[in-house]
Amino acid sequence: MSRVMLIDRLLVIDQLCSVAGSRLSRTFHNLQELRHSASLANKVFIQRDYTDGTICKFQTKFPSELDSRIERTLFEDTVKTLNNYYAEAEKIGGQSYVEGCLACLTVYLIFLCIETSYEKVLKKISRYIQDQNEKVYGPRGLLITDPIERGMRVIEISVYEDRGSSGSSSGSSTTSSSGR
Amino acid sequence: MSAVMITRKVTRKWEKLPGKNTFCCDGRVMMARQKGVFYLTLFLIVGTCSLFFAFECPYLAVHLSPAIPVFAVLLFVFVMAMLLRTSFSDPGVLPRALPEEANFIEMEIEAANGNVLAGQRPPPRIKNVQINNQIVKLKYCYTCKIFRPPRASHCSVCDNCVDRFDHHCPWVGNCVGKRNYRYFYLFTLSLSLLTIYIFAFDIVHVVLRSVDSGFVLVCFFTLWSVVGLTGFHTYLISLNQTTNEDIKGSWSGKNRVQNPYSHRNFIKNCCEVLCGPTFPSVLDRRGVMLEDSSNSTPDASAASVIKSSSSASAPMKSLSPPTSNGQPLEKAKPTSEAGTQKSASSPKEEKSFAPKSPNAVAPAVIKESAH
Repeated sequence: MSRVMLIDRLLVIDQLCSVAGSRLSRTFHNLQELRHSASLANKVFIQRDYTDGTICKFQTKFPSELDSRIERTLFEDTVKTLNNYYAEAEKIGGQSYVEGCLACLTVYLIFLCIETSYEKVLKKISRYIQDQNEKVYGPRGLLITDPIERGMRVIEISVYEDRGSSGSSSGSSTTSSSGR
Repeated sequence: MSAVMITRKVTRKWEKLPGKNTFCCDGRVMMARQKGVFYLTLFLIVGTCSLFFAFECPYLAVHLSPAIPVFAVLLFVFVMAMLLRTSFSDPGVLPRALPEEANFIEMEIEAANGNVLAGQRPPPRIKNVQINNQIVKLKYCYTCKIFRPPRASHCSVCDNCVDRFDHHCPWVGNCVGKRNYRYFYLFTLSLSLLTIYIFAFDIVHVVLRSVDSGFVLVCFFTLWSVVGLTGFHTYLISLNQTTNEDIKGSWSGKNRVQNPYSHRNFIKNCCEVLCGPTFPSVLDRRGVMLEDSSNSTPDASAASVIKSSSSASAPMKSLSPPTSNGQPLEKAKPTSEAGTQKSASSPKEEKSFAPKSPNAVAPAVIKESAH
């Protein structure tokens, strides 16, 4: 129930912000307010899966700490989709050969003008993670950090607790009462 | 509420990176600390080619063909470009683990090791993974506080873990790793070709004009070392090995594992190393850091906003297997909802967008500007 209240609060705040004419996107507000009114309880780190070699791939094993927070299938879907994106980025095939040869012929100056296919996929990944945070993880009080911010070593999932539900989180003069 | 004006100097992430690298051009160039041998390399290449262009090319262009110096110039430009690309780029440095991640790994290790009696040395920190049906040991790096990915190694000169670490090359003044190995190989290859080219036309010149052959001798010795190095790396590429693995003998010997990364096919191995994807740098050297007095980590995630705004917070306790009970250990200071006073947190929250800001959760620009 408290999470529903949290989301309600977020929507109200968001309306205020939009009315105020902030230039930030709605999603940033939602996520930032989540952080402000919730407190960081834990971080879960999804490690790399090296069974297929050095390609970037993350373990799909469901961490027990997220048991009560999110459905297993949703989590596995997210990780599998990320793995597919990375596999697409690191694929060695016709396109990577053409890109490599063309770049070599231009003494790699072409990368000043165009972005590499890997960078394009990274952008797709960050949009996907943003989307997942908005739609799936944010409402459940979780937040995924893009692996590139952690050196592509781990997927960091921050677990937030609603501050109103934890008795010792006082000092917030503006948090609305949790007794509703 | 008026807009908060920020006029301080922007701090970029490269300024706070641990390790012994030097950075130039506001983080665009990354090299090792000792650059003396690199300057020597530059001097030798530029010097030799200048002598060639000055003394031999005029004669050769006139008496043989003007294409000779033109091709030499193109080759020279290619050599220099590859050298600078190798020297100035990030070899594939793995960033060190942030405190939460380091704690998480420590917990895992302790859980795996069980109880160690006082006075007894704890077992070495090794993880076994199976790659292509071979068991590979991942070692723990005490400096970077991570389990090194396969093929990564810690360079003691640069004090960084580097992915697919080949070797630290003083001649290029940088480590050679995943991201710049192909440029290094193309550098040695093109330098070999350039040296052979100059050597050949030196001989032609000497024969045609009967001039002093001192220059030829210098070329001869350089040639063998550079060609030898190119040959060695061609051999490594064909087997998909790194210099580091070759020196340590990781995949040689009867009782050792076979190389799990090799495709057992010369062409495929070469293609993977030379024509593979161009990996991005994970360091984000030119990203802008949070302007914050207590900020010490180049972290763009949510945790840093909360961390930075709570001055006396306990260190973030990461996941501990049995005992975590959801108690909030990190609390954000009273900053929350919009429409209220945010002066306490506004200087800590500000951050301009990093140029490379793929992550949607990066704390955004100040939002009280419109209130």
